[in-house]
Amino acid sequence: MPHRREKLIFEYSRTGRGASGQWPAKVAPPADIPAGLRRRSRPLLPEVSELEAVRHYTRLSQLNFSIDTHFYPLGSCTMKYNPKACNQYAMLPEFTARHPLGPESHGQGFLACMHELQEMLKEVTGMRGVSLTPMAGAHGEFAGVAMIRAYHRARGDLARNEIIVPEAAHGTNPATATMCGCVVREIPVLADGDVDVEALKAAVGPNTAGIMLTNPSTLGVFERRIREVAEIVHAAGGLLYYDGANLNAILGKVRPGDMGFDVIHVNLHKTFSTPHGGGGPGSGAVGVSERLLPFLPIPIVGREGDRYRWLGEQDLPQSIGRLSAFMGNAGVLLRAYVYMRMLGREGMGRVGDYATLNANYLLARLTQAGFDAAYPKRRASHEFIITAKRQAKDHNVTAMDIAKRLLDYGFHAPTTYFPLLVPECLLIEPTETESKEALDGFIDAMVKIRQEAEADPQLLKGAPHTLPVRRLDDVRAARQLDLAWRPEATA
Amino acid sequence: MPFIPHTDDDVREMLAAIGAPSIEALFDEIPRELRTKALAGVPEGLSEIEIGRLMSERARQDGRPLSFIGAGAYEHHIPSAVWAIVTRGEIYSAYTPYQAEASQGTLQAIYEYQTMMASLTGMQVSNATLYDGGSALAEAALMAVRAHRKSKSLRFLVPANVHPHYRKVAVATAGNQDLRFDSVPYERGTGRVDIAALAKHAGEDITALVIQQPNFFGMLEDVDALTDWAHAQGAFVIAVVNPTSLALLKPPGEWGARGADIVVGEGQPLGVPLSSGGPYFGFMTTRMEHVRQMPGRIVGRTVDLDGREGFALTLQAREQHIRRGKATSNICTNQGLLMTAATIYLSIMGPEGLERVAAQSAARTRELVAALTAVKGVRRCFEGPHFHEAVIALDRPVAGVLRELANRGILGGFDLSTHYPELGAALLVCATEMRTAADIERYAGTLTEALRAARAA
Repeated sequence: MPHRREKLIFEYSRTGRGASGQWPAKVAPPADIPAGLRRRSRPLLPEVSELEAVRHYTRLSQLNFSIDTHFYPLGSCTMKYNPKACNQYAMLPEFTARHPLGPESHGQGFLACMHELQEMLKEVTGMRGVSLTPMAGAHGEFAGVAMIRAYHRARGDLARNEIIVPEAAHGTNPATATMCGCVVREIPVLADGDVDVEALKAAVGPNTAGIMLTNPSTLGVFERRIREVAEIVHAAGGLLYYDGANLNAILGKVRPGDMGFDVIHVNLHKTFSTPHGGGGPGSGAVGVSERLLPFLPIPIVGREGDRYRWLGEQDLPQSIGRLSAFMGNAGVLLRAYVYMRMLGREGMGRVGDYATLNANYLLARLTQAGFDAAYPKRRASHEFIITAKRQAKDHNVTAMDIAKRLLDYGFHAPTTYFPLLVPECLLIEPTETESKEALDGFIDAMVKIRQEAEADPQLLKGAPHTLPVRRLDDVRAARQLDLAWRPEATA
Repeated sequence: MPFIPHTDDDVREMLAAIGAPSIEALFDEIPRELRTKALAGVPEGLSEIEIGRLMSERARQDGRPLSFIGAGAYEHHIPSAVWAIVTRGEIYSAYTPYQAEASQGTLQAIYEYQTMMASLTGMQVSNATLYDGGSALAEAALMAVRAHRKSKSLRFLVPANVHPHYRKVAVATAGNQDLRFDSVPYERGTGRVDIAALAKHAGEDITALVIQQPNFFGMLEDVDALTDWAHAQGAFVIAVVNPTSLALLKPPGEWGARGADIVVGEGQPLGVPLSSGGPYFGFMTTRMEHVRQMPGRIVGRTVDLDGREGFALTLQAREQHIRRGKATSNICTNQGLLMTAATIYLSIMGPEGLERVAAQSAARTRELVAALTAVKGVRRCFEGPHFHEAVIALDRPVAGVLRELANRGILGGFDLSTHYPELGAALLVCATEMRTAADIERYAGTLTEALRAARAA
């Protein structure tokens, strides 16, 4: 990638220039709008030609790593290939033009896709009902915990406001519990990566609303005592929430519903390959067991004979309500639908198979090459953790330095410093769509970087060297806030 | 195998490196009794040819009726360049810009977006987007509680003419933290906030007043008076605005003597297709003094080790991955792809293009209202200035008329009778620059027929 500054779009702007071929004809603003309600000065929007805009944003795109251009082993994010067909068929003109409040008579095709998606998600998660409306994983978590609260409240069980999370949980878990008005209680994880069941037994009680778990956990290992965990929480009157962040590992192998979970969110942008889009849109469909069915967020799609219709407040009077203005990220849901139909029954199991094969292969080769696994006695799930604690001690080279140097070798960095309880950790998730050659290339780069760490640690400390920018001054970014361009600020 | 590149030789070599006899053996830590038997409910896989055929058939079933529905989602022209760029793999298949050096494209686009939205709304800072307009209002309420140091009531005044779905999202999202949303009535003659009814709340501890401009009925509020009233009570003002309208209308930063405190809205009109309701994006802007209470991602401009300009996520100490249970929100994504679409849209439109879109939409809506109210049995519900929507009253129940219209290929508007039964047979209609004079004529003609059919039934 070039060391190149791409100007801001505003710096291309010239008064009087514009992409007028894309504009509607000029008409006078309506005379009935009183002067006091009108805008007095024009907003700061660029005045550029279509070519200038196209060239600028194309150049910006070239400053990004992406799945289409780079191996992207970002742990816990499931950066698998996003098939082009999913985008093309979700963007058929009838689908993109369909108004969210359009009548069911002109939405049977779309609703059929949504209903089948609900059914397929029920099947692969082992849950009884699904709502597609949450717009991201964290939004699905919110829906899930809100349903747990609503369930306890409906039973008059008002004291239950504690959500238990393992210390390795995603930050969204405790943040979600807080947003739902709950109190967070963290429990430790044992040295082998499993939840400390004794600590769990001590933590549950009459205030327990539920537990939020990711399985396989964020440590990249399967929670082996999950049935016991479920029994303890259920016996205490709590419910189990499944964070679907790592569903890719077990797709077609084991279902959250069969493990005893009562509610789950599925990150469609991970397991079902909808695009990450530079940070969204996601989609966090939620599934529930029998007892939470009445509380699902609305709307959901119902089927009567061969007709589909929206189910709303009248149908689900105990629903936790509406979480989006319309029905969530519908276009993302269509992409997930296409992907699931293309995989089919057999393909679902292959996802779990090859995601796991790739992770275990990388883990085996990296440990053979001298890297330290955080949980050496465990199988990798679809991801695993390497700890650079030894490199940090011997050569003063951190996980971040290794991550930044990987960028120079053309690999996106793994997730660093998460989970927080493993020092100098690199959480690596290759996904099933990468070839053996891609994995071997990554291993070669890691081996070279380790040699560099021994021979010339400064090379790593100063990395990356070949990207559009070198390491950025985050402290300055936060202290001298520059969050919007001003014409006078750039001469 | 679809999307999986492994050959048999690859698998053999990989298993040998692992020291496992089979792929199946890699799952030996999962208790056997939990293993999935079969996924009978999932159909067999389809090839791209087959799924293409199925999706085209489903799309054809839905058709492309002529639509006059607005109500929070608007059909505007999207320049071809917008989605041609947005669907480039480097944008479409990138993730959150946590590795700033490898994400400068995404980060710079966010910085440009923040600049445009701050200016469009007349505020100082913007975040990198939230999920949609409804959830943005909910987040704004939660933010107001944090930012407003004096108000302890967690109480919000929300006029009944704020989008009914947004009000529901706010309750569903923020109700768990004991925020209360009290309704304020609208005037029956104008559809605007009833200032006399609002005045009864004088002296109460109110965290914020929500003002939607244009309101859900399309009518323009006296935003200066409402803003000044709220500030006189010590309440914040949360503005909910349509971004297209801001090319013509006074930005919330200039409302009243001090301007709104938090501005949110639905970003969909800026280059995002209707797409059955999403993915859209919610925007949020505020004054610099409140930036640390703002939820969602924020990008800042800084320098690298060599002093070169660059962009990075900043103020991350507000966010869940650092603050966990004490974060400003549990939000962990933005609607990046849609934000990028909006940034390209606004670049191609520029100030002049956006003004034309707004003015054309307003003009078409006036033509639409004139044509529809010329039909026997149709009148306008509210008097006063409006933007690109209006409420019309019919002399027959709306549902039946809309069905008749739909049978004739026209989506006539949004039926208000569920959310506003007091208005009787009322219909919210909208026209944008996409509707032609011929479209409007066709609607008026068909409405005449549909009403006749409804009267006969």
